[in-house]
Amino acid sequence: MTLSKRIIPCLDVTNGRVVKGVNFVDLQDAGDPVEIAKNYNEQGADELTFLDITASSDDRDLILDIIESVAKQIFIPLTVGGGVRSVNDIRRLLNAGADKVSINTSAILNPELVREASNRFGSQCIVVAIDAKKVDDHWEIFTHGGRNKTGIDAIEWTKKMVDYGAGELLITSMDRDGTKSGFDLELTQLISDSVEVPIIASGGVGNLSHLVDGVKFGKADAVLAASIFHFGEFSIRDAKDYMKKNDVEVRL
Amino acid sequence: MIAIIDYGMGNLKSVHNAFKYIVPSITSVVTSDPNVINSADRIVFPGQGAMPDCIREIEERGLKDAIINAAAKKPFLGICIGLQMLFDKSDEGDITGLQILKGSVRRFISGKEKIKIPHMGWNSVSHKNNHPLWRNISSEERFYFVHSYYVKEEESGIVQGQTEYGQTFTSAIAKDNLFACQFHPEKSGSAGLQLLKNFSSWVC
Repeated sequence: MTLSKRIIPCLDVTNGRVVKGVNFVDLQDAGDPVEIAKNYNEQGADELTFLDITASSDDRDLILDIIESVAKQIFIPLTVGGGVRSVNDIRRLLNAGADKVSINTSAILNPELVREASNRFGSQCIVVAIDAKKVDDHWEIFTHGGRNKTGIDAIEWTKKMVDYGAGELLITSMDRDGTKSGFDLELTQLISDSVEVPIIASGGVGNLSHLVDGVKFGKADAVLAASIFHFGEFSIRDAKDYMKKNDVEVRL
Repeated sequence: MIAIIDYGMGNLKSVHNAFKYIVPSITSVVTSDPNVINSADRIVFPGQGAMPDCIREIEERGLKDAIINAAAKKPFLGICIGLQMLFDKSDEGDITGLQILKGSVRRFISGKEKIKIPHMGWNSVSHKNNHPLWRNISSEERFYFVHSYYVKEEESGIVQGQTEYGQTFTSAIAKDNLFACQFHPEKSGSAGLQLLKNFSSWVC
């Protein structure tokens, strides 16, 4: 046996509640973060990602309370992203019990943040998240939930982020997110082949074969999904059984 | 009392949370006080980040002697960099370790079999001996790893666990009152909690 491919349910959190976006708008409520985290842990999730999509800065500290409560009861890796702007934000999340922090827009506005954070806390806890969209024959980085074009080439950007100390990359295809038509395998595979660090594929999972494709063809080291798990369509265990049947190494 | 050694590198809360959860009746403290380390019954020596930074912080905080003394006589659990630092030297920053165990720390290299570095995620640990810390844990059980360096011991017989990642590497060692693992028991679900529980009652 060797390293297994990870299945990571993503919990979108706003104002202390879990919601899941469909193309990042039209949110539906799916419940209490601690209960959901416990449930996923029991189903055999390999890791949990909390994405803080709280709009108002006044309510941002709620995520710290959530992470603190989850970290007291659940002993698998926890990643937190969304609205991470400074070394101090990262420090507070790690102190609350997060194992990794994912940086998205702030890495684009200030790439030095990635360097500074990985020097201070170690690469192992710095995930750089990118939202990419296909533009003509290549992929570009977008911000603000896919609304703002940056003109930055996704492949070049991910290489740069690894040089700056990113320990892992979370790749979301904005063309696929919310569509249930599967990961952008070409994008995922291109990035996986061009960097040494593990990559997590995200955006577009609609069924279990999409998870297998992400690993087999997208060369992802981990797969992240939200809605197929949140609404009870499939359990993590279903996903793992299916992946195992398709010769993907998983932790059962 | 279990003392979790804090030398300012990384988050020790999860180790502390895990002990509080699995053995609530045993007091555990996060400490950087050599007196507390000297008086504790058991020592947990965690570590994350880069080994040169860890060694520097330990030296600057005057903890080196307390750690070496504790490692010589009390039940002592090293985790991740806390395993690596027990050895003579590391390729990472070409640094000298605590020299408690003979051997070195080397970086993974992506060779013929392409591997991602860091080695991150759940991998299986095959038991090499029937150590008390493996009680109620099956050989080949998966634990959570995140590291770019691994230890290569020189003493035969100290290997307790081995893991495959491009090659076979040592993922757990034990010698007398020492047990140390490359994986993170505090992040390895029920198997990890079981190992911490075993440590909390280990008579060595």
